[in-house]
Amino acid sequence: MKAERWQLDISGLVQGVGFRPHVLRLAREFGLTGWVANNSQGVQVEIQGPGATLGSFVQRIRQERPPLSRIDALQISKLSLQEEGAFSIRQSDDHCERKNAAATLLPDLAPCEACLREMTDPGDRRFQYPFTNCTHCGPRFSIVEQLPYDRANTSMKAFPMCSECEREYRDTGDRRFHAEPNACGTCGPKLQLLDRQGKSIVTGRGAITETAAAILDGAIVAMKSVGGFQLLTDATNAKAVRRLRQRKQRPAKPLALLYPDLETLRKDCRLNRLEQSLLLNQARPIVLLAARRNPGNRITAEVAPGNPNLGAMLPCSGLHHLLMAAVNTPLVATSGNLAGEPICTDNAEALERLNHIADYFLVHDRAIVRPLDDSVARVLRGQRVLLRRARGYAPLPISIAGGSAGGLHLLATGGDLKNTVAASCGEQVFVSQHIGDLQSRRSRALFEQSITDLGQYYRLKPDHILCDQHPGYASTRWATEHALPHKMIQHHVAHFFSVMAEHNYRGRALGICWDGTGYGETEGSKVAGSDLSVEIRGSEFLTWDGAGKVERTGALRPFPLVGGERAIREPRRCAAGLLYTAMGTGAFGHPALRNLFLPEELRVIEQMLRRQVNTPACSSAGRLFDAVAALLGLATENTFEGQAAMAVEFSARESSRRGHFPFTMERQEGLLRVDWQPMLVELLHELEQGVAPADIAAAFQNTLVEMIVTTATEASCKQVFLSGGVFQNRILTETAAEALEARGFVVHCHRDFPPNDGGIALGQIYYAHAMGICDRSAEEGATQCV
Amino acid sequence: MPVTQDEAIRLGHGSGGVMMQHLLRDVVFPHIANQWTSQGHDSATLAIGNSKVVFTTDSFVVSPLFFPGGDIGELAVYGTVNDLAMSGARPLYLSCSLILEEGLSLSVLERVMQSMARAAAVTGVQLVTGDTKVVERGKGDGLFINTSGIGLIEHSLEIAPQRIDSGDSIILSGDVGRHGMAIMASREGLEFEMPLASDCAPLQSPVLELLAAGVEVHCLRDLTRGGLATALVELAESSGRELAVQEAAVPVTESVQGACELLGLDPFYVANEGRFVAFVPREQAALALAALAKNPLTRGSAVIGNVTEGTHAQVILQNSLGSERLLDRLPGEMLPRIC
Ligand SMILES: [Fe+3]
Ligand SMILES: [Mg+2]
Ligand SMILES: [Zn+2]
Ligand SMILES: [Zn+2]
Repeated sequence: MKAERWQLDISGLVQGVGFRPHVLRLAREFGLTGWVANNSQGVQVEIQGPGATLGSFVQRIRQERPPLSRIDALQISKLSLQEEGAFSIRQSDDHCERKNAAATLLPDLAPCEACLREMTDPGDRRFQYPFTNCTHCGPRFSIVEQLPYDRANTSMKAFPMCSECEREYRDTGDRRFHAEPNACGTCGPKLQLLDRQGKSIVTGRGAITETAAAILDGAIVAMKSVGGFQLLTDATNAKAVRRLRQRKQRPAKPLALLYPDLETLRKDCRLNRLEQSLLLNQARPIVLLAARRNPGNRITAEVAPGNPNLGAMLPCSGLHHLLMAAVNTPLVATSGNLAGEPICTDNAEALERLNHIADYFLVHDRAIVRPLDDSVARVLRGQRVLLRRARGYAPLPISIAGGSAGGLHLLATGGDLKNTVAASCGEQVFVSQHIGDLQSRRSRALFEQSITDLGQYYRLKPDHILCDQHPGYASTRWATEHALPHKMIQHHVAHFFSVMAEHNYRGRALGICWDGTGYGETEGSKVAGSDLSVEIRGSEFLTWDGAGKVERTGALRPFPLVGGERAIREPRRCAAGLLYTAMGTGAFGHPALRNLFLPEELRVIEQMLRRQVNTPACSSAGRLFDAVAALLGLATENTFEGQAAMAVEFSARESSRRGHFPFTMERQEGLLRVDWQPMLVELLHELEQGVAPADIAAAFQNTLVEMIVTTATEASCKQVFLSGGVFQNRILTETAAEALEARGFVVHCHRDFPPNDGGIALGQIYYAHAMGICDRSAEEGATQCV
Repeated sequence: MPVTQDEAIRLGHGSGGVMMQHLLRDVVFPHIANQWTSQGHDSATLAIGNSKVVFTTDSFVVSPLFFPGGDIGELAVYGTVNDLAMSGARPLYLSCSLILEEGLSLSVLERVMQSMARAAAVTGVQLVTGDTKVVERGKGDGLFINTSGIGLIEHSLEIAPQRIDSGDSIILSGDVGRHGMAIMASREGLEFEMPLASDCAPLQSPVLELLAAGVEVHCLRDLTRGGLATALVELAESSGRELAVQEAAVPVTESVQGACELLGLDPFYVANEGRFVAFVPREQAALALAALAKNPLTRGSAVIGNVTEGTHAQVILQNSLGSERLLDRLPGEMLPRIC
């Protein structure tokens, strides 16, 4: 048969997953010659042999992929024959085509079964070695400095392999063939336990035993995890957890738990099968689970005060496995950072910045290239949704079918809280890991670094920048001050399109985007009850006609936010704004308000409302939750985002009440304003009557569901998309979805990207694609993606 | 937000925030660009003969005209005197231009003029020329005053943002936020538990005393609209330096703190009329503090931070736990950001 030579260009998740050895084995099996190499687009193969054999070879490549790999595209082109005698793996070629941005980078993954077996086998040379990994597991994104993914381009370049490791790395038949972070106790990273002065206490295996002993003794240990430091302490020791809260100045926000194994975890949490597989996924996210209420629950209430859920995870690295085996009890494992900042990644930085928090520091000498927080997931409506997307998930790209943006590269700067940034080229969208609140200096630096990284890794040169409309956002300012053209996209439009992006949906749709705060300008007219045309929105009903037009069709009736941002910290201010809107100055004599303020405070609040001093208009569902939480006496302060709203959700769970409060709707200049006033009147009445807060909270949530269903019915659009932080509320989301489905709507929620502002950057990109904002491919200087 | 052609002036354009910055950058300065306007200073230093003359102007639109701790007349003198003092100049002569609204009571004007005369005497300046215009009822807020002033530089230092150097100490001359809060309280009829009085004060004497003590001052800036935060951000930008400020080192009185919390305002962004920041070499910080402590107006002076080695033109605010946030210019209006 006639010999042929083919070139295969394979893209997808094909680097760092043992793809090249797999190709090599197959080529040898078929007796073919040629070579395989990584390039910035993925993997390139040149293969030579009888034409029919080449066909079967390609078929096998498609069928028998290594476990972590994913082939997005495999292109074949014919070449002329060459003289060669064998098949080999070529070192990555620096001269290779680097324009294309399709090469994918893998996230960090927990140890595979085979590696775990070696670590627990006293006869194995990796017995109890915490940095054991292979092509099926181990660190990836956290150690990559640049592409292509080769050891020399990772922070493992500091560790020359010993001869044994080198042999594995070179052996095409070995599980560690070209496992870039390959290491062992002889040549790889080493552990060290330090005291607060940075003095070494013990190194190697002893560090784990000592750390375990210190934790069991009530100490707080800062441990260098995969994507940054974690603060660990005994979750069954109330005093230790309280000390952690005090030192971290984190009074009430729930803390995550780290369990030694599934069996122990099951004692404290109830799990369904999906939750179990989520916990065991190699991404190892924190999973929000229902806590068991039995008295045998040893977890101290300090971990998640007043919260019926626990956020739990299983060991995500060899180090975690060894430590958890040594302590054999659940630990609190929270991010090693100062409030509002990214987690510490560097040993010296951690020693300095976490010095007032941790008693000991368990460190190693493998550098973390970028901070990657633990990811957070939960199951909603029988489906997994990521609430924070970082370690284990970032930087996997999402492809948006039919996306093109005229071949332009787009950069989206997201929002200012829970910030992520994103870039797109053709169908591929690359979304950064969770960056955090851009008010902090370190987050701002990480924001800029992430933008640079996206450009460098994927060879992207943005032609347009997309950002939020909020003039006070640092992400907006960065975009507007940049030399490239920018386009501002309204916050909730971005929310809407973020969830449509996840479903690759482009047709007519209704978006229900409920959250805490999103900037929105009303053209021409001023917002009722305000001297501005600006409204802090957060209860949006948006329609997309599938062809290029988004319309704001509904929202809650606005109310003043007394003291602006201050009102977000003090839910009672939302109550004051609500009551004042409903009953004017009569509100200040109402016992419900008098109970919440001192008389001298209320005097100023009254004057602020009358004179409109720092009382921007707000139509946010999140703030409505806050107001209700305050009126029901469920929350006096939001020390973390969503605290008061969660108190309402948890209280409502205690009630089985089905009914809802009345409300009305009025069309104002084409916008359906949903008026909460009748609900407020009824709610205050019940409060006076002494109805239990749980029952009122339940009726309140039922009212929101009814508002959603009624407004959706008005909009008469079958496909409904839910987004925004409010839809992290399980009861509200599940009941609303159920009620909508009962009336024939098709409801779509988030999956791989958070409903909160972590999805904004993705939404900005998808909106630009859908609108064809940048679709002028003929535009001068436009970078074409190939 | 770049200023677009069809846009109209909004109140936010006068707030000292980003909107105003862009208005000046895009609409005003392009037409009057020269060596003086490009310096980003509150006044211009002019070489006339052998003298170095400092020239500045300021308009005063304040409501109410009289407020606890001061009035528009005093402001009109001190405001311009202070701008001159920020070049280390000795203020000498002021002009006074009055724009009166039909219906303004003569006794009010009388009181304002008395106040101006008193303020001129205190600061040793002469009001030497002026102008008076009357506008129709409803076209002015009772009374607007513009003053321009000239002063003389009697030292050989260059005092300007460009002189700010890494390692410099940043000295603040007293507590912040009192003027803005006093004005707002009396304008809006807000009754706070603790009384609020403006910090309105003349700054030429402490500045001249600082220079007399031999402090090699690098830069001075009085805090006005936009408060401490905006002044620092402007200086970071015009000097290209990174500034680090310790939150706890910035004095805020209990009454200002309490009022700001109730109103949801940040005292770092609230206006002052008698406060300044001085950038001095670190080794001279103690000398500078000692000189300032002698003057009752600047007794509360403190080092609040320093200029770092950093290459980003930004202001870092450090809290007691070491967490660092960045101070930004306000966009125009204060709006909630939190989601
Ligand atoms: Fe949002
Ligand atoms: Mg001035
Ligand atoms: Zn493995
Ligand atoms: Zn080795």
